Amino acid sequence: MTRLPRWADLVLVPLISLLLAGIISALVILAIGQSPMEALRTMVTGALGSAYGWGYTLYYATSFMFTGLAVTVAFHASLFNIGGEGQAQLGGLGVALVCLFIPWPHWTLALPGAMIAGALFGAAWAAIPAYLQAKRGSHVVITTIMFNYIAAALIVYMLVNVLRPAGQMDPATARFPAATNLPTLHEIPGLSILFDKQIPANVTLFVALLACWLVWLLLWRTRLGYEIRAFGRSEPAALYAGISPFRVTMIAMLISGGLAGLMSINNVMGESERLLQNSTEGAGFIGIAVALMGRNHPIGVFLAAILFGFLFQGGAELGLWTSIPIELRTVVQGLVILFTGALDHMVRMLLGLFFAPRRTQVA
Amino acid sequence: MDFATLIQILDSTMRLATPLLLACLAGLYSERSGIFDIGLEGKMLMAAMCTGAVAALTGSVWIGLLAGIAGSMIFALIHGVASITFRGNQLISGVALNFVASGITVLIAQSLFRQGGRTPPLSGPARFNPIELPFAEALSGVPILGPFYAEVISGHGALVYIALLCVPLTWWALFRTRFGLRLRAVGENPASVDTAGISVVRLRYTAVIITGVLCGLAGAYMAAGLQTGFGKEMTAGRGYIALAALIFAKWRPWYALMATLLFGFFQALALRPDVIKGTLGFDVPVPALDALPYILTVIVLAGFVGRAIPPRAGGEPYVKER
Repeated sequence: MTRLPRWADLVLVPLISLLLAGIISALVILAIGQSPMEALRTMVTGALGSAYGWGYTLYYATSFMFTGLAVTVAFHASLFNIGGEGQAQLGGLGVALVCLFIPWPHWTLALPGAMIAGALFGAAWAAIPAYLQAKRGSHVVITTIMFNYIAAALIVYMLVNVLRPAGQMDPATARFPAATNLPTLHEIPGLSILFDKQIPANVTLFVALLACWLVWLLLWRTRLGYEIRAFGRSEPAALYAGISPFRVTMIAMLISGGLAGLMSINNVMGESERLLQNSTEGAGFIGIAVALMGRNHPIGVFLAAILFGFLFQGGAELGLWTSIPIELRTVVQGLVILFTGALDHMVRMLLGLFFAPRRTQVA
Repeated sequence: MDFATLIQILDSTMRLATPLLLACLAGLYSERSGIFDIGLEGKMLMAAMCTGAVAALTGSVWIGLLAGIAGSMIFALIHGVASITFRGNQLISGVALNFVASGITVLIAQSLFRQGGRTPPLSGPARFNPIELPFAEALSGVPILGPFYAEVISGHGALVYIALLCVPLTWWALFRTRFGLRLRAVGENPASVDTAGISVVRLRYTAVIITGVLCGLAGAYMAAGLQTGFGKEMTAGRGYIALAALIFAKWRPWYALMATLLFGFFQALALRPDVIKGTLGFDVPVPALDALPYILTVIVLAGFVGRAIPPRAGGEPYVKER
């Protein structure tokens, strides 16, 4: 197999994968008797054609940045954390408890408090699978899937039996006090010129951008990040270099769970302002696609999160305005994961065909 | 809990355990050959939709069953191509196919029937109807064993019995045939199988195809046996529970039967919170019962109930030495 130039590996492989996923999705749309061009137009106008659409796209992108970073950090330690969904739900519980039971005077104080709670709860939910992986060798993929289901059951129990206010029918907490409500982009001076309507995208977008930068700093500019990446590349080599597998596994999974938990400052505190039953809406799983598409780099995760924000919002618009079901976005999500994560060798082989002849000429 | 209630719960245990058992045996073939399969869930869902749709259109459950197997097989083959031919990450491929299945089943069902992503309700010959085993009526007067035979053993759809027959069949195939020996060997040490002149790729594809067929049966039973048609996300994590049962069973067929019956029993109990309250004397929250199979699996995985060691070459693509 031809080795691809670095730029092709970084840029072309994800783009070709996306293109392949797009072509298959278009065929699916054709097969169910709809027009792919019409669908694309609806998605683009709905998600990117107005400040209102962008407000939703950026709101979803914020969540996906957190979960994408969560998967990325674990991937670098060669751990596949599928539990982002459960960790984000637990993070939501942490955020809800802090917002409901601590009388915050102002959102600037409530936000750091909620961030700590969300991250702690998310990290705690990742801690048991991490420990079992590090000490008992039970596979983190299976345990995190199990913990997703346990988290869902726990949240149902907490909402129905503990946190639901008396007399309320739907399983949700009470509304958080007004002092904890985060300003949306529409309420921020300066940005309110761009976003003239009430939108869900809020200040946590900036927290997400900060998180992208911090994860980059962690992975490529600190000793711990080096240890994580070394461990991920080769466990025996890392062990030989004096890196403790137990410590790296635990820390990488705790950071991963913490990042997934942090997501809930966006959806729970920033948007719904109370904890609902399915607050994460699958964002934890989309994190897998975002991390794979973003080539496990914070800049890539940022771009891929915006792409998936567009896909999520555009898919919702499809459900509203066309007879294409909203589930199309799950299909695209799955196809992107398939092509970028499992069929990446195939994509490389395809690209290798184009790069091979030119290389021999040079030689 | 009185005897009649117990019989009722055991009866639904049988029905709820069947898709788990079929999916668990499906996973067994794949994982024994060294191909991890997280995608049991997606294959079941695809099979359920195909069965529901074709049975509704043709009115015959057996044509529906064939369609279900075909649908599941397509996904099995994609997984095979990704993980055997292109040596991709098997876990990621499985996860991806689950998402694709979750979305595409609704898309197809909606475009065919326009009933909110469901298939029309099935009835009569479009479902797996109960089969009365011989003497069920005559023996039902015998105390304890009679009702047990008549209610719990007899009176299920054909796939329940096929699933039960698959257990000894799998045991025999795995431990008493040449194919089984090779299958187990390719999951432990593919290089040695290759050295013996047997194709690793062909063996693994065979295993993946068997997985597809069995998942097809599991999904077909979901749509045309357990329920009356396909509904969005109707497998509700059963593929993962089957995976859990497979680990619990340590990749062995008879233990798989035990494990799936146990998990089926928990599912049957979760449907009857009144019985649990009556038996235990206090209220066990339903979510706790729902979570029980998953919690049990984590405990098993943690090695508290004996260590579960997967096939050694599981998840590793085989690269032939040059």
